Amino acid sequence: MLYGLKIALRYLTANKAQTALLVSGVAVGVFIFIFMSALIGGLAEFILSRTVGDISHVTIEAETPDPAVLVDAKGHLLVAVERGRLRTATLRDTETWTPLIEAIPDVRAVSPQITGAGFLARAAQVAQVSVTGLEPGRESAILDLEGYLVAGSARLGSGGIILGKNLADELDLSVGQVVRLQSSNGVSVVPTVGGIFQTGTGMLDRTSVYVSLPTARTLFGLPQGVTRLEIKLYDLNAADATALRIRGLTGLDAVPWTDGAEQLMEALNAQAQTGYFLKSFALITIVIGVASALLLSTYRRRPEIGIMRAMGARRGFVVFVFVTQGALVGLLGGVAGATLGYLALLPFPGRDEFRPGTLPMDITQGSYGLAIMLTVIGAILASILPARSAARVDPVTAIGQ
Amino acid sequence: MSTLLDVRDLVKTFGEGETATHVLRGLSLTLDTGELAALLGPSGSGKSTLLTILGTLMKPTSGRYRMLGQDLVAADDAALTEFRNRHIGFVFQFHNLLPDFTALENVIFPTAVREGRETSAARRRGRELLVRMGLEDRVDFATTKLSGGQKQRVAVARALMNTPQLVLADEPTGNLDRASARQVMELISEINRDEVTTFLISTHDEKIAACCRRQIAVADGLVTG
Ligand SMILES: Nc1ncnc2c1ncn2[C@@H]1O[C@H](COP(=O)(O)OP(=O)(O)OP(=O)(O)O)[C@@H](O)[C@H]1O
Ligand SMILES: [Mg+2]
Repeated sequence: MLYGLKIALRYLTANKAQTALLVSGVAVGVFIFIFMSALIGGLAEFILSRTVGDISHVTIEAETPDPAVLVDAKGHLLVAVERGRLRTATLRDTETWTPLIEAIPDVRAVSPQITGAGFLARAAQVAQVSVTGLEPGRESAILDLEGYLVAGSARLGSGGIILGKNLADELDLSVGQVVRLQSSNGVSVVPTVGGIFQTGTGMLDRTSVYVSLPTARTLFGLPQGVTRLEIKLYDLNAADATALRIRGLTGLDAVPWTDGAEQLMEALNAQAQTGYFLKSFALITIVIGVASALLLSTYRRRPEIGIMRAMGARRGFVVFVFVTQGALVGLLGGVAGATLGYLALLPFPGRDEFRPGTLPMDITQGSYGLAIMLTVIGAILASILPARSAARVDPVTAIGQ
Repeated sequence: MSTLLDVRDLVKTFGEGETATHVLRGLSLTLDTGELAALLGPSGSGKSTLLTILGTLMKPTSGRYRMLGQDLVAADDAALTEFRNRHIGFVFQFHNLLPDFTALENVIFPTAVREGRETSAARRRGRELLVRMGLEDRVDFATTKLSGGQKQRVAVARALMNTPQLVLADEPTGNLDRASARQVMELISEINRDEVTTFLISTHDEKIAACCRRQIAVADGLVTG
């Protein structure tokens, strides 16, 4: 079949301009395929990192026991204990669990936290805040405080507090100033502003304050245990599996971020579907282009095909020559398109540097190999029809023309 | 002399019913090994039709055709392709050569297509044949750069490549000038004499026919002399 390859190559090089045009057409299709892959993949990456990049991927929360109730024989509710009156539920033994969870390969960081509500006051101004106690040294484990910092430091000393830019502006606070933080339990502390962050998310920037875990213990009257464990993963998409694993390992109720994120997942799915649709069109264009070009070529070469058949070329040989042409065009166009696609994606910022306002193209999600493979397969399929029609050429009429 | 091929009561009809063209009407013919025969007859008498049937490129409507002991009417396309490749060479009037290949590549095609590659043995034989045709300085020429007479000589070389028993030539000199035509015919006679290859050549040219040792006249789909 080496000889068939030689003839296929000769036919392709005999009309260089036409072959170049055909290969460019295929390359454009592949380019679109790769561009779409990188864009859809990048968009998904971008949306995910925007929405869940800064939140816990697997969360273990202390179970608040159901309020105690007293019901009579007929089912009438007699007494109910108000939820807020109960002591805050806590997770115990976190010192035991934390290293175990940290040992799971996909886990990037574990952050034990104590959360609660409180008021932040400076002089006569008071703002309602949600307080999170973080373990010193793990301040940036879940929300990247370090990365969002606009003033001061992201390290939490025992008497420090880190708060959002909006809140700081509201209370006219700057680094080094002293504030009063009062918990819902009525306990007050007087920390110094150690750092100010700005995430761009209004809620966080206006209502969140971070203190050290010991400070939070004082505020919420929790000498031991924490109220929640937040876990960050390397792979967002592995949250379900990892949550299951943690549940199996610890018996704690580990909840993946995907619980309650159905709408987001649906949106991402719909986006991926659109991508498949567009990529299929790119492939169909390639197939039609290759098929029509080869059909034209078989028609033009009918007398030659007749001569070859008369000289003893089998039908299979003729099929091979034309299918090989298709495969070569697919391969050349595929590689050219993939190279162009890669080069075109190079100037776009990497996946960790996506900025709002620019296209979040992810060069690593170009599906280059897949694009080339599908193109070659498509081109081979496209050449089968012309090749078969070439093999059926009747030598007598072809030569007699 | 042994019999090379034998056709009996060959009928070829194109079309059906009212529009049917009866081209061959029960033609019988025997060719012996080593013959050099001219096929003569008026235009439309069925010379080309007979040659394509003998070349196994077309099947007769009815009749028998045996060559080298094989029944070539019953054989399927794959068997006939193989048979043609080994035993039959062709020289046509037009569209003879593959335009994107050199003279040598054209000549060795019948061997290369059978062996799946161009062997050096095939190249050697192809070159020898081209030298014999007086084309030693045109071996690696693109066929599009050859004159009509040179092209036909390349075609003769190619027809001989697989040392076939039979070479069928349909007006091989039809569009050549006198000198080129005579040169091609001289080469054919020479090879017929030296290599005991049977030639059947259709022609309108009495001078060409005179070069052959046997003249077969066809008229109205029958051999008339
Ligand atoms: N495929 C076909 N369909 C219908 N009729 C055909 C076909 N091929 C040939 N014929 C007819 O058969 C007859 C013989 O044709 P053929 O080509 O064999 O003649 P020829 O003797 O070679 O003529 P010439 O000397 O002009 O080449 C012609 O009348 C032609 O019209
Ligand atoms: Mg004719």
